[in-house]
Amino acid sequence: MTDKADVWQGTLALMILKTLETLGPLHGYGIARRIEQISGGLLSLNYGTVYPALLKLEQEGSIESEWGVSDNNRKAKYYKLTRAGGKQLEREARDWQQAQAILAKFLSAEPST
Amino acid sequence: MSFAKWLRAGLRRVLGLFRKTQRDAEFTAELESHLQLHMEDNLHRGMTLEAARRDALIKLGGVEQTKENYREQRSLAFLETLFRDVRFSLRSLGKRPGFSLLGVLTLALAIGVNTSIFSIAHSVLFTPLPFPQPERLVSLWERNLSADFPGPNVVSGGVFDDWQRRATSFAQMALIGEDSANLSGDGGSLPEAIGTRLCSFNLFPMLGVQPIYGRQFSAEDDRAGTSGTAMLSYSLWKRRYAGDPDTIGRKILLDAKPYTIIGVLPSWFDYPDTRVQIWLPVRHEVSPGDIQNRGNHRFFVTARLKAGVSVTQADSELDAIQQRTHQQFPDSLVGKDAMAVPLTETIVRDVKSSLYVLLGAVGCVLLIACLNVANLFVARGASRTREMAVRAALGGNRWRLIREQLTETALLAFSGGALGTFLAYATIRWVVAFRENLPRASSIHVDGAGLLYAFSVTLLSAVLAGFLPAFSATRHHLLEPLRDNSRSMAGGRARTRLRRVLLTSEVALTVVLLIGAGLLLKSFAELRSAKMGCATNNVLTMGLSLPEAKYEKPSQKVEFFDRLLTEVRAMPGVRAAGFVTVLPGNGHWEDNTFHIAGRGPLPPGESLDAVLRAADPRYFSAMNIPLLRGRYFTDAERLENAKAAIISQSMAEKFFPREDPLGKTLIIDWAGSPRFEIVGIVGDVLSDLNRPTEPIMYFPLGFGRFGSGSLIVRSSMEVTSFALPIQKEIAAIDSDLPVSDVLTMEQIIGRSTAAAAFDAALLLVFAVLALILAAVGLYGLLSFVVTQRTNEIGIRMALGAQRSEVMRATVLDGLRPTALGLIIGLLGGFATAYILRTLLFGVRPFEFLIFAAVGMLVLIISLGACTYPAWRAARVDPIVALRYE
Repeated sequence: MTDKADVWQGTLALMILKTLETLGPLHGYGIARRIEQISGGLLSLNYGTVYPALLKLEQEGSIESEWGVSDNNRKAKYYKLTRAGGKQLEREARDWQQAQAILAKFLSAEPST
Repeated sequence: MSFAKWLRAGLRRVLGLFRKTQRDAEFTAELESHLQLHMEDNLHRGMTLEAARRDALIKLGGVEQTKENYREQRSLAFLETLFRDVRFSLRSLGKRPGFSLLGVLTLALAIGVNTSIFSIAHSVLFTPLPFPQPERLVSLWERNLSADFPGPNVVSGGVFDDWQRRATSFAQMALIGEDSANLSGDGGSLPEAIGTRLCSFNLFPMLGVQPIYGRQFSAEDDRAGTSGTAMLSYSLWKRRYAGDPDTIGRKILLDAKPYTIIGVLPSWFDYPDTRVQIWLPVRHEVSPGDIQNRGNHRFFVTARLKAGVSVTQADSELDAIQQRTHQQFPDSLVGKDAMAVPLTETIVRDVKSSLYVLLGAVGCVLLIACLNVANLFVARGASRTREMAVRAALGGNRWRLIREQLTETALLAFSGGALGTFLAYATIRWVVAFRENLPRASSIHVDGAGLLYAFSVTLLSAVLAGFLPAFSATRHHLLEPLRDNSRSMAGGRARTRLRRVLLTSEVALTVVLLIGAGLLLKSFAELRSAKMGCATNNVLTMGLSLPEAKYEKPSQKVEFFDRLLTEVRAMPGVRAAGFVTVLPGNGHWEDNTFHIAGRGPLPPGESLDAVLRAADPRYFSAMNIPLLRGRYFTDAERLENAKAAIISQSMAEKFFPREDPLGKTLIIDWAGSPRFEIVGIVGDVLSDLNRPTEPIMYFPLGFGRFGSGSLIVRSSMEVTSFALPIQKEIAAIDSDLPVSDVLTMEQIIGRSTAAAAFDAALLLVFAVLALILAAVGLYGLLSFVVTQRTNEIGIRMALGAQRSEVMRATVLDGLRPTALGLIIGLLGGFATAYILRTLLFGVRPFEFLIFAAVGMLVLIISLGACTYPAWRAARVDPIVALRYE
């Protein structure tokens, strides 16, 4: 990958869910930072895009939000995974891995003689 | 995504439409905290405060943009704009309550009448019959019996047998005959005369109808000489036998003959009409000789096509069979050909054209209403020209402005539509209750199709009424209206032209409607005043039918009538009384072929035929039917001495064109070929008000062949007061003899013209509605023009124009579109008249009087609508006008 990849919506949601599972309740900024860090700078992410994605997940009942106080005493809105969200993450991660495995096999197949 | 989740998300987004300010504030706070967190991180990394903030903003990707994306996710964007438009429109409509109310009411009326007439037409014409595979049911007719009867004709039993033997297109074929009977009183109930139908036993299986109690007719029941069986209609069973299942197996007396009740039909079964109360097997009722006769036309034939056979195929097969029969039996009066038509068509034949005319009329009303509402909006748009221009200049896009306009008309249309649907429910009830002779009335209601239609009509009117004004209001070049001050008169000219076009169409449509209504009304008036040819005032009639079983011998019948008439004539107050087999205005009913003695044989396949009546000697004078020549029957002409005949004037003209009919002898084609000498010629009477005069021949009631007909009583007193005493008199002679249809002649005429009256009245209501709408439109247009030109008028008057001149100019201005519309409308009226011609009676389609009257009416109404605005124009005070902005 030469250019930084844009994040598409579906994967962004999955990344958010995974982040929340790993790190527990977190604010939007933290989530955005984490996604960028994990990708090792390969992803170009406008931090602003996580907010509509968060809202969408919240509307679907996968996450909940609550105002809280950050480590350095700032008011911030914290998001956390719901049980439905946990299940969704489990399912989507499995689907994703499956798809990836299939594609990997497909791409590594030897040209038949 | 699972449905539950999708629903949940959707619901949240709908909720997101509310408490927007609060939600916006919350997100602003969240973003603010985001930026702060990011800046703190950046500061830790050693950025300056300014660089930290800048970096945070850049990484975020723009605060406003983020907010916008967030908002989009939060709620449903299109709903939000829609809500905004609706709110805006509601405010704008609310500011002019009169205007809005007028619009809503106009559209409600139009949508209401459209929905109701559509629902009626749809239920009557297009709802399938309630039988299995109704598309395979057809009715069969003989055709082209003679030059006098070229149309479809009822079928004779003999011809039916031929068809049944030869035709291969039909799975089943059933006979239905019309009849009536006296149901004797039993167990405390009174005797009554009821409508019966005779049918071949396979009718019910063919239709696919099962009795709810008991069994159907079997082949055993349907033959001469077996014991009588009867099936009851649901309503008779409920009414007379209290819905008792034990009615099955009970014995009843019909025309004094015993029958066993074997079955009860379901309540929904109303074929062929709701008057049928008892069904009897036809071959048990009609003698084998009569039913095998090819020339005795009296049956309706209903058949079920075999699977895969089309109506056209069946029709041509039947036609071919009939042509052969006709060649084979040139001496019988049989149809030269035959036809098969879908059963639905037969049932609705009489109302089809009425319904289509009404549909057309309400369509016109809808168009007029839409034009009117469009007109109102165009006028209002004019007063908002500047607002629109300013908004356009500030970057409001045109589509947005159009959408607002459409939202407004849509709001009006949907309020109107909702109101109109309620109106439709009420209208349908009313129509079903008051329109006589509406077949399949029980199937009429506002159903899914009706509601869908109401919705489509609503949508259509929203678009029709909205688009024109929307485009006209937003069409202007940006700067023109802004430059346009009240002193330049160019403003609004295009709009005025548009309004004139709308108005012209409105007037044209109104004229068309009025002409249609006028023609139908005139036709109805002709019907009402049609020369019955007999007394119609103070005449009471009642039906009687002597049961053949009890009055078998001619002398018994004759004695009964003698006694009855003597008793009735002796009652104080009775001026005259008589008896006739079929009353004028009660229908064609009976005709017969005959020969004229002394003339050579007729060419094969031809025969003489005339309507047949029997009357007592004093019937003619009692009914004021004038004796033109010769004499009436005498009391001595009874039984074997009854050898006289009286013919009507048109019969004399038709069959004895160049000779004197008096003294000629008619030989009637009955058993024994009885001969009757023509002794008198009387004036014509109409047998059916809706049909032209038919030739009639009268025979003496005393001949003893006739047992059913109507007693007529004329008095100078209130005739209805005789109904009870006469019935008592009849009961005294025969306590088991019921009386039916106690009616005055006026009621009989009213009954047979009721449907025509109803249609004409309904159309008139629509036309008046249209006229009012058009007048309102005209008035609105002129008021608008006058307001717009107040300034110009002021200048003219300041320069010395006379008030009368201003007034004349304004009136002419208003009359121009009227005149044009009138001309177009009159042309349209010709087309309408052409379409309506089959519905008209005694009116030429291009009746000058009606066209002239409609023209005058529209002109006068328009003049009225123009006068007030013109008067206002003439009263403009130049000083005020010049200052008018």
